[in-house]
Parts: sequence; C-alpha cells; structure tokens
Amino acid sequence: MSRGIPAPARTDFDPGAAATAATEAILRDTLHGDRRGVVVDSPPGAGKSTLVVRAARELAAAGRPLMIVAQTNAQVDDLVLRLAEKDPELPVGRLHSSEPGAYDPALEDVPSVRTAAKVADLKGLPIVVATAAKWAYTKVDEPWPHAIVDEAYQMRSDALLTVAGLFERALFVGDPGQLDPFSVVGADQWAGLSYDPSASAVSTLLAHNPDLPQHRLPVSWRLPASAAPLVSHAFYPYTPFRSGTGYGDRRLTLGVPSDGSAVDRVVDEAAETGWGLLELPARRTPRTDPEAVQAVAQVVRRLLDRGGATVSERGPDPAPLTADRIAVGTAHRDQAAAVRAALSGLGVTGVAVDTANRLQGREFDVTVVLHPLSGRPDATAFHLETGRLCVLASRHRHACIVVCREGVTQLLDEHPSTEPVQLGVTVKFPDGWEANHAVLAHLAEHRVPWRP
Amino acid sequence: MSLIDVLARMEAVAAGRATPLATVRHRHLSERPLVFVPLTTAGETGAPLGALVGTDPEAPLLLTVPQPRDRDLRFAFFAELAAAVLPYVDSFADDVEPAERKETDPQTGKRVTVETELCADAPQMIVASAAGVDFVRLLGRSMRFRRTAEQDPDTPHPAPPHVPLLGRWLTHFGERARVPGSSLLLPMTGLLSRHWATGQSLAEDQHLGALLAWIDPPEGESGQDAALRAETARDARGQLLCPPAGPATDPAFDNGLLAPAIARYDAGVPGTREEFDALVASVLRPTWDAVWRGIGLLRALPEGARVADRWRRDRWSYTAHRDRVRSGEPPQPRLDDAVTAAQKLASRETAQAQLDAQEALDDPLVMAGRRLTGEALEGEVTEVEMAMSEGKRPMPRPLVTLRTGDRPQLEERAKLYRPLDGGKTQTAEFVAYVPEQPGTLVVRLTGGMGRGKTPEPGSVPEKGDRVCWTLFEHAPRGGPELPDPEDTPWTHGGPPPGSGDGGTTVPAQAAAPAPAQDPAPTPAQIAAPLPDPDPVTAEDFL
Repeated sequence: MSRGIPAPARTDFDPGAAATAATEAILRDTLHGDRRGVVVDSPPGAGKSTLVVRAARELAAAGRPLMIVAQTNAQVDDLVLRLAEKDPELPVGRLHSSEPGAYDPALEDVPSVRTAAKVADLKGLPIVVATAAKWAYTKVDEPWPHAIVDEAYQMRSDALLTVAGLFERALFVGDPGQLDPFSVVGADQWAGLSYDPSASAVSTLLAHNPDLPQHRLPVSWRLPASAAPLVSHAFYPYTPFRSGTGYGDRRLTLGVPSDGSAVDRVVDEAAETGWGLLELPARRTPRTDPEAVQAVAQVVRRLLDRGGATVSERGPDPAPLTADRIAVGTAHRDQAAAVRAALSGLGVTGVAVDTANRLQGREFDVTVVLHPLSGRPDATAFHLETGRLCVLASRHRHACIVVCREGVTQLLDEHPSTEPVQLGVTVKFPDGWEANHAVLAHLAEHRVPWRP
Repeated sequence: MSLIDVLARMEAVAAGRATPLATVRHRHLSERPLVFVPLTTAGETGAPLGALVGTDPEAPLLLTVPQPRDRDLRFAFFAELAAAVLPYVDSFADDVEPAERKETDPQTGKRVTVETELCADAPQMIVASAAGVDFVRLLGRSMRFRRTAEQDPDTPHPAPPHVPLLGRWLTHFGERARVPGSSLLLPMTGLLSRHWATGQSLAEDQHLGALLAWIDPPEGESGQDAALRAETARDARGQLLCPPAGPATDPAFDNGLLAPAIARYDAGVPGTREEFDALVASVLRPTWDAVWRGIGLLRALPEGARVADRWRRDRWSYTAHRDRVRSGEPPQPRLDDAVTAAQKLASRETAQAQLDAQEALDDPLVMAGRRLTGEALEGEVTEVEMAMSEGKRPMPRPLVTLRTGDRPQLEERAKLYRPLDGGKTQTAEFVAYVPEQPGTLVVRLTGGMGRGKTPEPGSVPEKGDRVCWTLFEHAPRGGPELPDPEDTPWTHGGPPPGSGDGGTTVPAQAAAPAPAQDPAPTPAQIAAPLPDPDPVTAEDFL
C-alpha cells in the first residue's frame, strides 16, 4: 500500500516523471499482473481520464476485448469522444438505453463509434462503453476478459454486484475524496458488513480482496499551485499530491480595473492568489438565501464584464475567460435553480450552475461556490460531508471564489460530528468537520467582507 | 425537513395544537389490528417485563414476567405470547384469492406468468413507538433460532412449542417494517407524526403521550401545556401520570415500585404474583389506551386512493412468508448475504420512490409540498396547439401552454407526468418558457393519448383546464436483476458458504453451475425485480 508516503520536496520533484512512473506501474499491473483487480486512487484532475483512455488503448492493442463501466451518460460520452480523439482508427461501441436522447448526438459524427441499445449489435468491437446502470441489464454468454470501472468510488457496492459477473478482471479507477454514494432509505442494518450494498464499490472490493495492487496518481494537472497544497492537506492528508504546474505558470488577468466594490475586490483577490472569500454578514437564512444567491450572480457577472483572460502551460497566448469556462457550485438543487434565475436576471448565459454531485469530474477555469454551510442554523452530516466541499473546492484551474455568510466557524464549533461510529466500518479521514475548518482557515486569508 | 413541514410546525406552535400534514390516511389500517405494548427490563437486553396484547381495546391480554432474569419464566412468557399472537397471524392464512405472479423460468430464463394464490387480508401489528418496532425485532431474533423438543429431542434447553415460529413471524414483521409504506408492523408515533405536525421536535414526537396531547388536547388546554404535562407530571408517589410508551420504563417506577415488587416475589410472599401483575398492568394500560386512541384518530381520516395498492404488497409479503413456513424452510439467517442485502436495498428504494409518488397523487396537501420544492406544478391551460411527430408514422404530439404560479425546477427537455383517469399516466416533455410572460410555459404531450393518429377523447387537456404535472414518475420501476446468491462474484466474496459450490472465491466462468435439484426456490429466484411496473416488488416476497 502506498498510503502515508510523503511527496518529495519541491526542489527535486519532477511532476511529469512522477506521473509517468505511476502510470507505467499501473499499466504493468493491469496488462501483465496476475491479480483480478487493480485499484487506482486519483486526486482531482490527476489525469484519471487520460489514464483510462491509455489503458483502454493498450488493452485493445493487446487484443483483449474490453468493457468500460462509467457512472453517468455524460461520463460515458466524454470517454468515448476522448478515445475517438486519441485514436480515430479504434472502433468503439457505445451501448446506451433505448430512451430518446440517451447519448450525445456528437457521437453520430464520429466514424469509429458505433452506437446501439443492444450489446449483440456491438459484438466483436474491441471496446464497449456504457453506464453501470445499462450494463446491469446486459446479459452475455461469455464474460469480457477485461473491464475498466471508472469513478469506482462513486459507484455503489450493489451496482458493482450487478455488473461484476460480466468481466473476469478489472481496473478500478476513482477519486476517494469525492462524494460517497448514498441511499435514500436507511441501510444501517448492513453497516459493517464487507458487502454493505450502500457502501462504495471499492470498499467492498478491497474488503474481499485486500491484497489487490493499489496505486495512486501523484500529480494534479488541474489544480493550480495555489490550490493543490490546500486540497491535498484538507482532503487527502495521508495521500498527499502535488500540482503539475508551479506558481506563476498560470495567471488570471482582468482587462477592466476594479470599481472598488467588494465584488470586484474579491475577484481581484482570487485573480491574484487563486482564492477569494466574499463574506456576507451573519444571518440565518432559508437555503436559497436571496442575498447570497445575488452575490454569487454578481461575482459571475463581473468576472465576465471585466474581460478576464487566462494564461497557462497549454499555450503562450492568453485565452479569454468565457462563460463556458466558469461554473457555479451549490449544495442543493434549489440553490442551483435560484442562482440560475439570478444569472438570467443579470443577462448571463452559458455558465454551468449545478450541485456538487453533478459537477463531479468536471473542470473549469474559475469556479464560484455557495458555501454549503452558509446561513445555516445547524451543520448536518449532509452539509459536513467531506466529499461535497472537496468537489466544490477542486473544480478550478485558476481560481475559486467562495460566497459565504459569516459565522460558519462558530457553527462548526457548535456542531461537532455526532454520527454514530459503526463497528467494522472504516472511519474516513479527515472528517467533514476537520476538512471544513481547514478550508475556512485558509479562506480567511482571502476574505473580503460585503454588506449588500 | 421540507419547507412545508417547517411551516406546519410553526403553525402548530402558533395555534397550540397540531396541524394536519395530510388530508387522507396514507397507511392501511386493519379492521382488526393486533396491538402489542411490551415493557422491557432495564439493564438486560431482551428481557421482557410484561406486555398487553390483543385485538379488543376493552380486553387486552396481560402477560408478565415477575422475575425478568429467570429464563424459565421468560420462555413461559414467550409461549403465552405465541399462544396469543400466532392464532391471530394464522387466521389470515386460509382466506385466499387467485392471483398471478411473474417468475423467471429456471429452464429458459424468461419471465413467465404463473397462477398462484394471495391471502385476501393480512395481519397487522401496531406498537406504540419506533423503539417498540426494534423490540419486536429483538424478540424475533432471540426466539427464531431456538429449538423445541419436537424439532430436536437432544437439545439441552428446549424452547416451548411455537416459540421459534413466533420468532420467525416477529422477524418477518420487523424486516417488513423497514420497507417504506409497508403496514404489517407500524409504530403509532410514526403513524401519527406522518399525518400531523406538532409544535415540538421530531425526537419529542416519539413520546406517544405528548404527541397525542398536541393532536388532540383536552378541552380548553393548549397542546403545548398538555404535552408538557404528559412528559413530566407525577403523582404523590413520584410516579409519571403518563408512563413511557415503552418498551423502556421510567427509572422512578423501577426503583420505587418495580424493584420492591420483584423482591417480594423472589421472597415467595403469597399473593405477590397478582400484586406484580396489577403493578405492570397499571403502567401498560395508559399506553394501550393511547394506541387505541391513535387508531381512532386515524380511522377518522379517509384512506388514500393508492393505499390499497401498497397493502396488496403487504399481503404478498405475508403470503410468501406463510408459504416459506409451510414448506419447512429454515428461519431467516442472522445476516443477509450480499445478494439478499442488495436486493432488499434496491426494493426499498423503489418502495420509497413509489410511496413518495403515491402520497403526492393521493393528497393535494402532499402535492403542495412537492410543488413548493419545484418537483411539480399546477396551472391553467391557456392554449392547445395540435402538432404531429416527425418520422414514418406521425403521432399526435400536441403542444400545451400553461400558466402557473409554481416555480418548477425544469431542465431542458425535462420529463413530466400527469395522472389520468383510470390510473394511467400521461407523459410530456418541457419545451420552453414563453418569453415576456413569466410563469407561462409550453409542454409537448408524448403519451397517454392512445395509439391512433388522433388522440383519444379526453386525453388532451383543453383550454381553461387546471392540470397538475409532476417531475417525478408515478410508478417507478425496480432495479436490474441481481445474480443468484450462488453466483455471487469475486468482488463480493464469492458465493456464501453452503450455497452450492462451497463458498470459495472462484473465477466467475469457472463456477460450477447451480445444482439441478434446487430444494426450494431461493429468495433471488422468487424475488427477481419485475420488468414492468407491477406493484409487487422483490421485497414483498422476502
């Protein structure tokens, strides 16, 4: 097990080499290992999709038919497009449900991709990709020799149970720091069982096969140098990772000078340091706190109005910060709906506004986050969940601006975690309470108070 | 808690009495429920102190254990309980009606319909609170693995006849109670707090006396004062006027009255058994009466239209367990195997989704809550424009314009559902909001109009109609089929021990085929989820 090994010091750390070494080891175990499974932990933006595409191509090249299991249709479409982009000659099957609009119409234009609602129509293709839900309804006579299970930490154990009979061996890839799967009904009666159906697929897999090789991708290519240390420290304290870029490799500049308002100052702070906290006065509010929602919308509006441009390792020329490069993250769907309404009121379109669950796996230049605990009278397990804050704080390549009401630190201190400890369940570290404090302590250095 | 529930609670605080959360009753109430009010001994798990049980509110049967730590007395209690409960449970077993069930044919693997029978009614056990449900489970666990002398002449401490059988039924009730919307075993506090919001917290609602005080306060007294009295008022001896609904007892009762009574019984003082019985009855009877009072309050509500549908699933559950008992299957295992656990979780999630949908469709007050959270919308039809689909066989796809004051969370091409007469559902998809007209939107009907080229009469709403569309499905389906337990894959530890091929982790393709002469259908075979929205889910057979 590779946990607990500290990352090498900055001076002798070559991110490219470290990532390559990790990838080689993973591919070696996947292609030539004698175990039925390989597990890869990947922090945010560590090239998980790149790894999946590379492993898929190498398995196909080795003549080993492969099925790929992803969790959502968007993830499947994204993977198929990436595979086709990397290797336009490689035939890929996209298995989908029979509902209209089940897959991205862009797939129709890719010659190497064949789409079908029945697996028999994709017979003989080297790679077939579908969601776990679709695979669960698929029956085959002969199991696939190999599978790749993507986002395996977001897959529930019972979902793996329905598809595990389809393959002989598998590569499981995922981010352990993101949101855990959940159930809308109580599953306490199985807590502590190795096959608890509401636990994640990886925890069941490892409980039954503890000697499977486990790997870890050591470099986040998404997170900037300003964010990787905080995210690593707050959410992955025992499996630290580094950013692939250094300070100064990425810049966010604004063409229009600040008008001196709090909104502009927090935008400046975030452009300068990678983080910004726009703090509203303490108040208990409904979930769709109108002032906080308005503040989020105004931050987005100003980001667009001030002619933002990003410079990164991807190219020498600045790229304009357009609406599709900005995302707003919330905890609840009604909050996302309220932000969407506020944005359309300000004439902003094209900005992704969604909950943490739905932003998982996505990447933007700048994110604006409505803090899950903002304005709340209590800190429930839902709002404290480590993965929720981790997803929200790790979607950006350049900067993250958090909008929050004052007093969350006190709220946390008044609501220490009180969830019962279940015997036999691995306690996840850090808990949400600790992670929230770590993030807030860091954000406090980038605080801009605002009185609407 | 949803916003509408918070509002109801605040109104309850302001009004000084509970506010309704429902306009109809959302759970089945049997005409002849069995009420069970047990008490347990402090400090010893699973040691009953006594119970009132029966179907007649005026004549409960009192059972007591004068020395709760005496195992012989405890098993005598269990035997008496079995004699009281089992005839009630069995009384529903022989009144059956013909029914159909879908099964997977073991030879072809196809879904086939088989003729079978379904019990026309089923037993219903009502306890005072959620803790009572847990206690039923505990009693089931402590009894179902015991062996009687008849089953095993060599067993060192044989249980009285019928005790293991009672344990199996109590276990079945306890497990069924975990299915959302099920009604074989119900806690009165849960029933009442589903239908009324009080001005106290959810935890405080677990006190049956306080809950009833809010819902039905005495004339001239506020619910808050009555609830406080129920929780705290004591008599001259320091005893609570409203004893806890159990199974836990009040420490003042334990110390002041119970301990001396047990000591006198242990000392063999004549007449102490009668004295003990009267003492236990005195703290059980108020709870017994409170449960029946709750039943009376709930009976005053008309039953929701889809409640019978859910009760039918409870009847399936009862019938299936009856069959398992009759066929001589062993008691329920201590722990579920991986497949059974996954199956139970999947069917409970389906049951939860069905319950949420059915409650909203049965009750405008529940639907109002869903509208408030943006999951449904009600509005007036302002325009209907006929349109046809493209393709080889054009079908009617009328565009309906609605004006609504609700704020539904509609995404692009969101699916919408509308109940039609006769239990059918009409589907539609969201097209767009009408520009410059806030609250006006267009939906395209996509189903529920028959198969012809012109929609069936009455299937398309007309201008001026008030319609209610939901963003959630009305008959959500179950999940995919799970492997049989003997095919449990390597990721989940392989087949469980004793399931055919020895329970070792073997590659899936190398696993021996299931034995041909399968002695009894495994739960997975009986209980595979059904592909069509049949109301019976897998759990109903577990």
